[in-house]
Amino acid sequence: MLLKLEPSPEQIKQEKIYSQMGLTDEEFQMVEDILGRTPNYTETGLFSVMWSEHCSYKNSKPVLRKFPTSGAHVLQGPGEGAGIVDIGDEQAVVFKIESHNHPSAIEPYQGAATGVGGIIRDVFSMGARPIALLNSLRFGELDASSRVQYLFKEVVAGIAGYGNCIGIPTVGGEIQFDACYEGNPLVNAMCVGLIDHKDIKKGQAHGVGNTVMYIGAKTGRDGIHGATFASEELTESSDEKRPAVQVGDPFMEKLLLEACLELVKCDALVGIQDMGAAGLTSSSAEMASKAGSGIEMNLDLVPQREKGMTAYEMMLSESQERMLIVVEKGREQEIVDIVSKYDLDAVAIGVVTDDKMLRLVHNGEVVANVPADALAEEAPVYHKPSSEPAYFREFQAMENTVPEVTDHNETLVNLLKQATIASKEWVYNQYDYMVRTSTVVAPGSDAAVVRIRGTRKALAMTTDCNSRYLYLDPETGGKIAVAEAARNIVASGGVPLAITDCLNFGNPEKPEIFWQIEKSVDGMSEACNVLSTPVIGGNVSLYNERSGTAVYPTPVVGMVGLIEDIDHITTQSFKAAGDLIYLIGETKPEFGGSELQKLTNNNIFGKAPELNLEVEEKAQKQVLSAIRAGVVASAHDVSEGGVAVALAESLMGSENLGANVTLQGEATTALFSESQSRFVLTVKKENQAQFESLVDATYIGTVTDSSVLKITCGEELVVSQPVSTLEKAWKGAIPCLLS
Amino acid sequence: MKFAVIVFPGSNCDIDMYHAIKDELGEEVEYVWHDATSLEGFDAILLPGGFSYGDYLRTGAIARFSNVMKEVVKAAEAGKPILGVCNGFQILLEAGLLPGAMRRNTSLKFICKNVELRVENNETMFSGSYKQGETIQIPVAHGEGNYYCDEETLARLKENKQIVFTYTNNPNGSLEDIAGIMNEKGNVLGMMPHPERAVDQLLGGADGVKLFQSIVKQWRDSHVVKA
Repeated sequence: MLLKLEPSPEQIKQEKIYSQMGLTDEEFQMVEDILGRTPNYTETGLFSVMWSEHCSYKNSKPVLRKFPTSGAHVLQGPGEGAGIVDIGDEQAVVFKIESHNHPSAIEPYQGAATGVGGIIRDVFSMGARPIALLNSLRFGELDASSRVQYLFKEVVAGIAGYGNCIGIPTVGGEIQFDACYEGNPLVNAMCVGLIDHKDIKKGQAHGVGNTVMYIGAKTGRDGIHGATFASEELTESSDEKRPAVQVGDPFMEKLLLEACLELVKCDALVGIQDMGAAGLTSSSAEMASKAGSGIEMNLDLVPQREKGMTAYEMMLSESQERMLIVVEKGREQEIVDIVSKYDLDAVAIGVVTDDKMLRLVHNGEVVANVPADALAEEAPVYHKPSSEPAYFREFQAMENTVPEVTDHNETLVNLLKQATIASKEWVYNQYDYMVRTSTVVAPGSDAAVVRIRGTRKALAMTTDCNSRYLYLDPETGGKIAVAEAARNIVASGGVPLAITDCLNFGNPEKPEIFWQIEKSVDGMSEACNVLSTPVIGGNVSLYNERSGTAVYPTPVVGMVGLIEDIDHITTQSFKAAGDLIYLIGETKPEFGGSELQKLTNNNIFGKAPELNLEVEEKAQKQVLSAIRAGVVASAHDVSEGGVAVALAESLMGSENLGANVTLQGEATTALFSESQSRFVLTVKKENQAQFESLVDATYIGTVTDSSVLKITCGEELVVSQPVSTLEKAWKGAIPCLLS
Repeated sequence: MKFAVIVFPGSNCDIDMYHAIKDELGEEVEYVWHDATSLEGFDAILLPGGFSYGDYLRTGAIARFSNVMKEVVKAAEAGKPILGVCNGFQILLEAGLLPGAMRRNTSLKFICKNVELRVENNETMFSGSYKQGETIQIPVAHGEGNYYCDEETLARLKENKQIVFTYTNNPNGSLEDIAGIMNEKGNVLGMMPHPERAVDQLLGGADGVKLFQSIVKQWRDSHVVKA
């Protein structure tokens, strides 16, 4: 056997080998102080990965504390695999979003696939049955390079490959294209699960003497130091880190999922946690730390895929589809019996101790002996300097200007062809969004809706973030991200329950980036408070930069809402000729960060649209009350591209419907402004009086059977387009950009 | 009438099939794990979609060696109705219960959407409740649904009216737009589209219900005659 020589503690210190693993001089000194000695190679690895931003949130913690995390319905806030919200009848919804940006930047198929696999494990490790997947993706401009197209195609294929195989429907998501994501795409995956209160499990290693068992795929050398890699900027040489990207096996995960959902019904199970980022290290240290106990593991017993793996490699491997569980002593065979039905092994590899240490034995020797709390809880916390960037002051000083449009009719078609607005059918037709036969509203409407079998209830779910607004003004943009997600839920007939967020930003060591993080979180927190949607978990992804250029601040909001009766489910499509069309909300000349500004100027500048949270909340409440009263035929929030695009989208897919609409004010603003807190609703004539008593709305026109969208501003007919022309532009745009 | 839904490791449309039978038809149905050595007591066998054994090697190639498939073959020989949907169809092909093979979709991409089918033969135990030539909406969700067989087999399929469903707008490149075929005896049907996904108007359509009703009706009729 090839004997690998690891550097000695002295070499690690003198040659600063720890710095290659991501620890600073000060952090290494802290580790020495904690241990009272110089750490060996394996121990240095444990600290470096657990103290990475990805695992410790050391740079973001002071900011994350601002989020409201509690509420009447919250059963589990941040800190476990996923958050949990009560939905009544002893049932709860479990959900979380997580990033897999850096792996996807260099190995897009596997990066995206394992992102999906990881978030599914976070949900079923709580004991929940995963019922839906969503995602939020960002790429460079599709026509910029073949590399961008390759990343886009492979990320979509990777998400499809994993989700379709495991049999969890991918029901929704969003995609935005902007040049800032060209070198650093964003791939955020969200999973939603359903659980009975009695089945909720936690990742805690309680009970001294209890057995620590390992279930699932064998450990290999893949993904070593993945979490550390995720916590640095991408550079030209990042492709060399391809071995830090894991490889997924959705079939193995399907077996693990079914086995674990049987395990949670067995009372011999004490605790369970996914081996995600930092694998065996994080799962063992966190389970011990959360329970105030210790864990001793014999690494000789860890199922291994390759020969001659060192302790360092085993502890830092991020091989996929693995779970660590704690089982009542003496009842291990019950666990073995359950998982063997799925041809999986459950192997006892350690015991729970009372000394609060994570102790590892390999080849008969203690190879690491460190306090579990030090790894899991005592990473340094940094209060990074923050400074307002000069660009922000310039943008704030600008007056709102209306982009020059000569032909509104043509501009509407061009907006529908913008990749960010265009139909994402090319994408979601590759996802099995129907499996489990509960998807009531498929991808393409404001929010996806999944029914809860055996009840009258359904869940509405969405991901949202317009990062252009956040770039112009992170605080306002942060509010908008939460408000728009809630608007989508409300338009579908749901009460917004809570959010999970994925904070994608650049390098926090740059004060201008840290300022973006702070302001975004301020804005999001305020919106969460007003709209009563606490943050129940999420993920932070920093260092999203390629060769020094950061992505737009992109705090993606994943929101779930409860639809109390399936009769309330509402979609954006117009339903019948003769229905009355209403606009809710005020339209102002707001084009900062808008699709029209990008289309006409090829860049974005100025102020983000204003958001008044009181106005927003009132509009949402009114819309929801009208939906619940049964007087709303269709509902759509007004977002990118303004009212004209919202009207066009509501006509897509209809057999022969059209609309005659009259708008007030200057045409470009009336059609394309992206003012917030607006909805387009349709109402049957017979419900007009009741609707108008419930909602402050402006009547703007009627649904026709003409198959033409006609919009008049003032006295002038500014848009007159056959729906077929609009639909062709909208549906054809992405396939056309790819061909 | 009692249905069996066979569950292989990696099956994922098993629950959809189960609920279609139980909730929409109100018939008896049970899951049967792949290592079962008997299908005694079941009147019809359903092989659901999914990715049995991860579809490693070839779709359906490993599943056909599982214990339960010996029993499925016996049930086929005994004349019981056997329906394989999507991965279930692929398994029936690998097991030799139906002729032909699957290739990857011509787009080389997974396709999930509603498609229109034409009922080519309504004189079968699976399609008796449809009208001849009727068009129905049933979803597809597959990466390898591009049916292929040699000319001789195709000629036989046509002659014996074994082609039960075709696509009106071929989504995957299948030979002669074939969406579903049965064996010569007429008791084994394989189809790529998912009738169990089209049994509830809430989810967008219920054109699949008649397929299951056809099976039940035929079984009832034959048992009433015997009694």
